[in-house]
Amino acid sequence: MSAVIDPGHAGHGHAGHDHHHGPAKGLMRWVLTTNHKDIGTMYLWFSFAMFLLGGSMAMVIRAELFQPGLQIVQPEFFNQMTTMHGLIMVFGAVMPAFVGLANWMIPLMIGAPDMALPRMNNFSFWLLPAAFSMLVSTLFMEGGGPNFGWTFYAPLSTTYAPESVTFFIFAIHLMGFSSIMGAINVIATILNLRAPGMTLMKMPLFVWTWLITAFLLIAVMPVLAGVVTMMLMDIHFGTSFFSAAGGGDPVLFQHVFWFFGHPEVYIMILPAFGAVSAIIPAFARKPLFGYTSMVYATASIAFLSFIVWAHHMFTVGIPLTGELFFMYATLLIAVPTGVKVFNWASTMWRGSMTFETPMLFAVAFVILFTIGGFSGLMLAIAPADFQYHDTYFVVAHFHYVLVPGAIFGIFASAYYWLPKWTGHMYDETLGKLHFWMSFIGMNMAFFPMHFVGLAGMPRRIPDYNMMFANFNMVSSIGAFMFGATQLLFLFIVIKCIRGGKAAPAKPWDGAEGLEWTIPSPAPYHTFQTPPDMSGEHEHRKGLAHD
Amino acid sequence: MTEERLTRRLVVRLCLVVVAMFGFGFALVPIYDVMCQAFGINGKTAGVYEGQQAVDEQRQVRVQFLATNAADMVWEFGPQADEVVVHPGDSTQMLFVAYNPTDKPMTAQAIPSVAPSKAAAYFHKTECFCFTQQVLQPGERIEMPVRFIIDRDLPADVRHLTLAYTLFDVTARKPPVAQATLTRAAP
Repeated sequence: MSAVIDPGHAGHGHAGHDHHHGPAKGLMRWVLTTNHKDIGTMYLWFSFAMFLLGGSMAMVIRAELFQPGLQIVQPEFFNQMTTMHGLIMVFGAVMPAFVGLANWMIPLMIGAPDMALPRMNNFSFWLLPAAFSMLVSTLFMEGGGPNFGWTFYAPLSTTYAPESVTFFIFAIHLMGFSSIMGAINVIATILNLRAPGMTLMKMPLFVWTWLITAFLLIAVMPVLAGVVTMMLMDIHFGTSFFSAAGGGDPVLFQHVFWFFGHPEVYIMILPAFGAVSAIIPAFARKPLFGYTSMVYATASIAFLSFIVWAHHMFTVGIPLTGELFFMYATLLIAVPTGVKVFNWASTMWRGSMTFETPMLFAVAFVILFTIGGFSGLMLAIAPADFQYHDTYFVVAHFHYVLVPGAIFGIFASAYYWLPKWTGHMYDETLGKLHFWMSFIGMNMAFFPMHFVGLAGMPRRIPDYNMMFANFNMVSSIGAFMFGATQLLFLFIVIKCIRGGKAAPAKPWDGAEGLEWTIPSPAPYHTFQTPPDMSGEHEHRKGLAHD
Repeated sequence: MTEERLTRRLVVRLCLVVVAMFGFGFALVPIYDVMCQAFGINGKTAGVYEGQQAVDEQRQVRVQFLATNAADMVWEFGPQADEVVVHPGDSTQMLFVAYNPTDKPMTAQAIPSVAPSKAAAYFHKTECFCFTQQVLQPGERIEMPVRFIIDRDLPADVRHLTLAYTLFDVTARKPPVAQATLTRAAP
């Protein structure tokens, strides 16, 4: 650790003041960079590459499910596809995308010259390509890659796992290290590098939600590392954490996993809450309604996420009092989440709204995430969950919170800040096309899953009853549409990087925040002299005189 | 520079949180066992029971016995009777028979489980073959006793409960794990 916070190094940013030296040239710029913008860019590109890879696995899944019966892949490979799709999307696409946004935007939003620990920042990024090369390489190994679902329940992932499971375990270790270091960096940056006068309650909500996310990360990623370490010991060193033969218990695995797993789902959504809380006020041209309540709601959600994990396990045979506790605790999360949704709606109320692409994605986020939230409430009801458990209803639920939740939040952020990153406006027509194709494709893919799930179609099975055929075909067509549309997004981003209308410092009239006070594209070094924020009102005061 | 010191102190503290949470993940293992025992949940039964109870002649409870082989276990294994009717407080013995049909000596461990799980805390074993590992020579057959008392405080709505054993082949992991298993199974 001491090398990471080497004083000589953090001073680097200040050493270069007055003469604006740009980035180094060539490949080594990216390997050695400690610049938060470079690292943010690398995170975002990495995450997009993983999004396409995990997405192509989803295409394999939907192609196989296009018709009942086995057409394209063998069940063994199908299992590897569902597992790898989940792992890559969760750990490779969504989480790194938010870390990329944090790297780019948090220093700009709080007036800091860079992240607090720039070299560790470089290391935490470069662990990811190593981790995912290792994870993806298992697909080419004898016996195939992980085939036990992204939740890797023991004993499927221990006693009955393919040989490659050890590579999977080490890949998870590396991802965990990367996330933990990223989280420590975010906390250190936010707590120590804010511009003078930028009090906590003046921070943009994206910074707030990321601060809370980072605390969730350092609390639960070590537990994930612990659970895979126990698996490693069970597989190779003769322990019996999850083996009943030696006095262990497979149900223990599920408890430890979901103690990590439930906060993890909030890790994937809280930063999107923050981004949407920046975008909706900008395009409604009104300050965010209920800033303070947003902060407290986020903190409440984070707290509650630690005491609801067993709602994933209602059917394992936990006692009635346990089911009641976890049911009520889970239903309670609807309260702070409802506060947030009503605040976004109130922000839009009587605003002078325009619907540029970031706003379209943000509005769709609010509506569709709420649908995902409602199906979550249905699943939270313990007696009903026995019917929904492990059906496509669950698949529909978590895709509704993750695709139009996390992914639309990332798209909205990308369109909102692309002018700042590239100095060019993206192509608005193509952006809107991307939105509508994504919106229609995604709803076509995931909405019918509610129906087949309620009718009893189990998840993670490559074949299904004839009666589910029509809905599955609709799902597959929607999924192909959603998947293909993402290539359009790639085209839009490349087009925007290469040229387009020059973006002013503040391309959106209603936008607020320090990131719009610097030129577009953002210079390589920013805020080497911190801005003075002491004259600014706190958000709640800003609202009071509105 | 004070900013450097602040950052260093914060990072050290956050790293401590990380280490503590890694430890907490492992601490969940004993916590889980303790919780299951304390609340008698998950069908887990406790170790050797040494108490004695007056017999409640007024009440009868049906106890069913199940024996299952875990995957790859080849022994013949089963109870001598499928079920018995007992009075709470009374001490009852049931014999289980195991036979090793292979030509190799093998070691087995039986893991008990009680259903409904809320009855597990009221099912006391005073003697059980599950407290130790069983070694059988090729072709050997043994009778293994379990002696139990149903607690008088068994909830009134439980009229019938099931004691299930799963028999695991632990030959491969015998030497190092044998001790650990013994201490964990019979605290």
